[in-house]
Amino acid sequence: MQLIACPWCGQREETEFHYGGQAHIAYPEDPYALDDEQWAQYVFFRDNPKGPFAERWVHSAGCRRWFNALRDTVTHEFLAVYTGATPPSTTSTAPAAPQRKGQEASR
Amino acid sequence: MRPIDNAPDAHEDVLPDHPDFLWRNPDPKPSYDVVIVGGGGHGLATAYYLAKNHGITNIAVLEKGWLAGGNMARNTTIIRSNYLWDESSGIYEHSLKLWETLEEDLDYPILFSQRGVLNLAHSLQDVRDSKRRVYANQLNGIDAEWLEPEEVAKVCPIVNTSQDVRYPVHGATYQPRAGIAKHDYVAWGFARRADEYGIDLIQDCEVTGLDIRGGRIHGVRTTRGDIAAGKVALAAAGHTSVLASMAGLRLPLQSHPLQALVSELLEPVHPTVVMSNAVHVYVSQAHKGELVMGAGIDSYNGYGQRGAFHILERQMAAALELFPVFARAHMLRTWAGIVDVTPDASPIVGATPVEGLYLNCGWGTGGFKATPGVGWCYAHTIATGEPHPYNAPFTLSRFTSGALVDEHGAAGVAH
Amino acid sequence: MNAPFRADGHGHVDRDITLSFTFDGTAYTGHRGDTLASALLASGVHHVADSIKYRRPRGILTAGVEEPNALVQIEAPFPEPMLTSTTVELYEGLVARGLSGQGRLSSEPDSARYDTVHAHCDVLVVGAGPAGLAATLTAARSGARVILVDELPLPGGSLLGSQERLDGAPSAAWVSDVVAELDTLPDVRVLRRTTAFGHYDDGLVLALEKRTDHLGAAAPEHVSRQRIWRIRAQQVVFATGAYERPVAFDDNDRPGIMLAGSARTYLNRFGVLPGRRAVVFTTNDSAYPAALELADAGVRIAAVVDAREEVPAHWRAACDERGIDVRAGHVVTGTSGIERVSRAHVAAFGQGRPGERQGIDCDLLLVSGGWNPAVALFSQARGALRYDAAIGAFVPAQALACVRTAGAAGGNFTLAGCLADGADAAARALSALGRTGGPVALPATDPLPDAAPGRVLWRVPSPRDGADGSHQFVDLQRDALVSDVLRATGAGLRSVEHVKRYTTIGTAHDQGRTSGVMTSGIIAEALGVDVADMGTMRLRPPAVPVPFAAFAGRNRGELFDPVRVTSLHPWHVEHGALFEDVGQWKRPWYYPRAGETMDEAVLRECRAARTGVALMDGSTLGKINVQGPDAGVLLDRLYTNMMSTLKVGRVRYGVMCGVDGMAIDDGTVIRVAEQEYLLTTTTGNAARILEWMEEWLQTEWPDLRVHLTSVTEHWATIPLVGPRSRDVLALVAPELDVDNEAFPFMSWRDTPVAGIPARVCRISFSGELAYEVNVPAWDAITVWKALIAAGDSFGITPYGTETMHVLRAEKAYPIIGQDTDGTVTPQDLGMSWVVSKKKPDFVGKRSFAREENQRGDRKQLVGLLPADERTLLPEGAQIIATSDIPAPPVPMLGHVTSSYRSDALQRTFALALVRSGTQRIGETLYVPLDGQTVAVTVTEPVLFDKEGARRDG
Repeated sequence: MQLIACPWCGQREETEFHYGGQAHIAYPEDPYALDDEQWAQYVFFRDNPKGPFAERWVHSAGCRRWFNALRDTVTHEFLAVYTGATPPSTTSTAPAAPQRKGQEASR
Repeated sequence: MRPIDNAPDAHEDVLPDHPDFLWRNPDPKPSYDVVIVGGGGHGLATAYYLAKNHGITNIAVLEKGWLAGGNMARNTTIIRSNYLWDESSGIYEHSLKLWETLEEDLDYPILFSQRGVLNLAHSLQDVRDSKRRVYANQLNGIDAEWLEPEEVAKVCPIVNTSQDVRYPVHGATYQPRAGIAKHDYVAWGFARRADEYGIDLIQDCEVTGLDIRGGRIHGVRTTRGDIAAGKVALAAAGHTSVLASMAGLRLPLQSHPLQALVSELLEPVHPTVVMSNAVHVYVSQAHKGELVMGAGIDSYNGYGQRGAFHILERQMAAALELFPVFARAHMLRTWAGIVDVTPDASPIVGATPVEGLYLNCGWGTGGFKATPGVGWCYAHTIATGEPHPYNAPFTLSRFTSGALVDEHGAAGVAH
Repeated sequence: MNAPFRADGHGHVDRDITLSFTFDGTAYTGHRGDTLASALLASGVHHVADSIKYRRPRGILTAGVEEPNALVQIEAPFPEPMLTSTTVELYEGLVARGLSGQGRLSSEPDSARYDTVHAHCDVLVVGAGPAGLAATLTAARSGARVILVDELPLPGGSLLGSQERLDGAPSAAWVSDVVAELDTLPDVRVLRRTTAFGHYDDGLVLALEKRTDHLGAAAPEHVSRQRIWRIRAQQVVFATGAYERPVAFDDNDRPGIMLAGSARTYLNRFGVLPGRRAVVFTTNDSAYPAALELADAGVRIAAVVDAREEVPAHWRAACDERGIDVRAGHVVTGTSGIERVSRAHVAAFGQGRPGERQGIDCDLLLVSGGWNPAVALFSQARGALRYDAAIGAFVPAQALACVRTAGAAGGNFTLAGCLADGADAAARALSALGRTGGPVALPATDPLPDAAPGRVLWRVPSPRDGADGSHQFVDLQRDALVSDVLRATGAGLRSVEHVKRYTTIGTAHDQGRTSGVMTSGIIAEALGVDVADMGTMRLRPPAVPVPFAAFAGRNRGELFDPVRVTSLHPWHVEHGALFEDVGQWKRPWYYPRAGETMDEAVLRECRAARTGVALMDGSTLGKINVQGPDAGVLLDRLYTNMMSTLKVGRVRYGVMCGVDGMAIDDGTVIRVAEQEYLLTTTTGNAARILEWMEEWLQTEWPDLRVHLTSVTEHWATIPLVGPRSRDVLALVAPELDVDNEAFPFMSWRDTPVAGIPARVCRISFSGELAYEVNVPAWDAITVWKALIAAGDSFGITPYGTETMHVLRAEKAYPIIGQDTDGTVTPQDLGMSWVVSKKKPDFVGKRSFAREENQRGDRKQLVGLLPADERTLLPEGAQIIATSDIPAPPVPMLGHVTSSYRSDALQRTFALALVRSGTQRIGETLYVPLDGQTVAVTVTEPVLFDKEGARRDG
């Protein structure tokens, strides 16, 4: 059971969270400009790397807020927890400092 | 003192011996007609049927670790074909029919035991979904029955069918021809046969790159050198995404940990296989007497072959709800595999946009039972360049057209 | 029975307390502090069980969890399979038998309690031996929060099994001083009888505490029998010791063959002599103290057989002093005996081949092949191991950031070394936490000459011709032989994991603690490779067997999953409702009257709703409050239809789709105020839909100014249904103008109902004139009773989910999840009207344009009328085109999703998803049942009140 540092609540047990899969998959600007194959990419296809993976979690049994994490899918180590549009370029193992409530999850 | 060479007849709790010879350990040749990436059950079965059905024997099966050491060594060995949709029941029933003659075919004691599988229903909606599946199975020629709780108790007396529990058993689907087999024996049976055909089984050989030029595959790069190949067939389960990305392919796959466990050897108490999707547990008692159980998948992507403890706690709670008799059984070992899950809980088997590169993946939690069936069909696809009718529906393009084979929506029992 | 092998003046057992027990039908006694194994040995019993495959008698090899052999089945006070007799604490009334293979589960329910506790600490120390105690003391004195867990009832670990002294006194004095100090520190917790068995991510260590097992039948019922500790530790020190390794030789499995260190433990911890006349076979120094201490306690040591050419002078001298024959450069090649070893065969061991053998009579053969650090937990923590050729064992390669080993677990086998290593490991752990601990004065150990190197010897080549290894056991529990290992390598196997599966070595309860490394060594020898390259078997959690019930803890029965009930639940129970599980909720299914069948009850309830008035508890509907300036925008994007145009005071039905265009939920939306909506979800989907909405809001459209809150539990919802519902409502809601024009369909009003502030919606899930009365859950019972009282003269009838389903099906209102299965679009349900043509986009819309969605022959929701109006089609039944059933596979056109007897139609009917269904209206199709087919007519889905005349009463 992983210990996950919610950006708003701090470290909590994995059981309080739900997994949200790959992060930074934006809803297409204009879905109708996409052909079926491109649309299928958005709907069904996700990266599945072995190693660091930018992914989403939601603290569903806590503050109910979504956030992003850079986590190693082999070691399960959380390399970073963040709310921005891109993962911080840190490889530090320290969890991101809890941010004040009210800061927006920007994605 | 009883002498060893005058041992009593093999006890029921002692497994049959493996043969004195299994396979050579050849070094890779520079070139093969077909290179199969992944020496698990699917890869080995595919190699075997390529040789047996299609006369192709200039084959290497590349395994990054030890043969059948991935999900083949980590699953709960349930074999059944009672899937909802025609497409699924087609390939799984084909597989089950092959299982029924596999022991003679491989001349290997694979301990295929058709002890039946119960899929329990715990809610009125479970009952509707279960019966729907039974009716569909029957019309597809699959032995499927709906059992009321008292009939469930007859098939498996230790299931708690009291209606006074948190999620009472409202009944179950039952497939008498379903059952279990001994996974190592199955894999080694295929491997030995493949080796006899002259197929090279090459272990400790990790594929590190794919040689693709002009839209065509020419070979693979490995930790044991470059190997040229006319065709390359992926059969790497949880690692398929990693390999496919070497070909620039992005797949609708996510790899998750799936945990399972065994108990100590116990006197026979559990005559069949019981699966409960609603409470996430499936259990059988294997040949030596150990209880073999599996759980729900861990939610997150993971390649670490380990899952979280709370999943096991939940699984044990569920197991004791269904089987109070298990209270003082002991968990001996737990482990995890890496299951590659598709959006519709159905596999992808067939060609890729890269000429000569074939894909077999996405079996999620259900790959073991498909072993001979998919080996047969995948071999056909590789040998002829055309899908076998049983794997034709399981294209990659279905995710574009929307023609999914959604096995979790209705049946929910993908294991 | 007396205990002829109890040694006076030794051991920590309480000889004032005698405990009676039964083993294999014979009564024995032992003492408090004994294990079952020590009590048996004290009584001279070595033969515990016969082996699984060859049925050879087997004894007690070890004194702890590593025991491969001496398994027992507990029969009383409560049956429990497969425990190692070496770890079962003796208690009064214990009844056990030796176990050969399969254990037995009780068919009686286990009434014991099990529970789980969370604990958090800065430093967790596993193991209360010398290293663990030194580590704990060091960490504890720094003020850190420390937890020490140890599997034994007494602290001391290996010290309990030796006569080594600390500060010139018996080590027990130091141990009790340390524990006494730890007891005074508020942030230190010492858990005894507690075995750490798992290390999971982020410092989560699981431990099993056996709380009452040692009390037997006297265990108090209110105390949990076993407890799982979920310990979150910032730093972990595994001071888990080492397991002694045997050497394989011919017939090395007889009772009376024991590891040397274990014999020492039996003497020093339990005061038991495991034999009268012993041969000691060793490859290293560690067996000498065992030999000497046993000799001093009265065991005749017939010989020490040392595989090394050179025996250290001080050990030889100590042996000489006691007249012990030391045979350097010799090995034991085999044994004789019937039920127990009676002779060891000893031979000179020159160039790797034994010479002429000589028999030495003995009733005890002690063996030491060296020590394997107990690294299972360190491995689970993903600590890397390396092979140390000097000791022939795998040791931790290096400490991890948060996990380290100390003492023998790290390959440090001297007492002084263990103490220092423990203190050092704790200091490093503290330093990693940014803490400093002062140096802790460690006790002085007896001066010992430097240990001489051991000889790494996996097996003694068999002197028998042509039977190499076929009488040499590797895994005693699995009856696996050296010859099995060699057969495996001969079969082409090169991996330890393959050999494990070929031979079953290491697959028993002990995970090969005494056989695993030996197996690697034998394979490496056979293949001519380095053991380091061979590696060793993967050790998997749990490190020791753990009962299923301990994992389940208190999550059994009612507590397996929370039971959710509405505030009206007691009324339903009181009035005889039967309940349906919907998600975690208990919902009234129907309310049978005395003597009524379910069919009769449901028909009666339906009739009441269609002809009079009826009410149900709809409180389980998910309710989500949506507030903010952009609330309408969010709902427009998530529902297939338009919600922003809904006027305050009005209600609209809506459907949500997944991105793939498939219907995932439906419900009503009311606009409470300009910037506030309240929507309902299906009962089972409430949490999922809230999460779904939050996901879009937070991750895709954080610019929208909207807040979402679940109010499911706040509101009780009571649908009041039927032609007389207006009359009833008028009686309890005097301030409400219930006139159809004043309070039209799909509108809502706030008004007191039975004096309680209520929100009344005019919506209908039955086609009848109907209201939905929403009141704060606290007041629900008042309102419910008032409605019943007001409706009494109209025959008001409570109804359950079954009647709700019938009523809605007569009107073809689908149930998401029953009439859909994740492959059904709103259009398939005949609800194109709920899919906005005006909105440029909403979630799911783009997928409607895919090839598969454009097919003309999609499955669509239709009605089915069986030709015989009494035939009730089973839900789930498949539909085919022909009256004869062709040979399989039979082409199927669809399936029955809902099927009921209708009071209103005075016949049975069904809803079904049928391929090209809307084009088949009027056709006859067939439903195969029991080998026959039932003819059904395909109809429009709406079968009752097609014109909707009943809606307004």
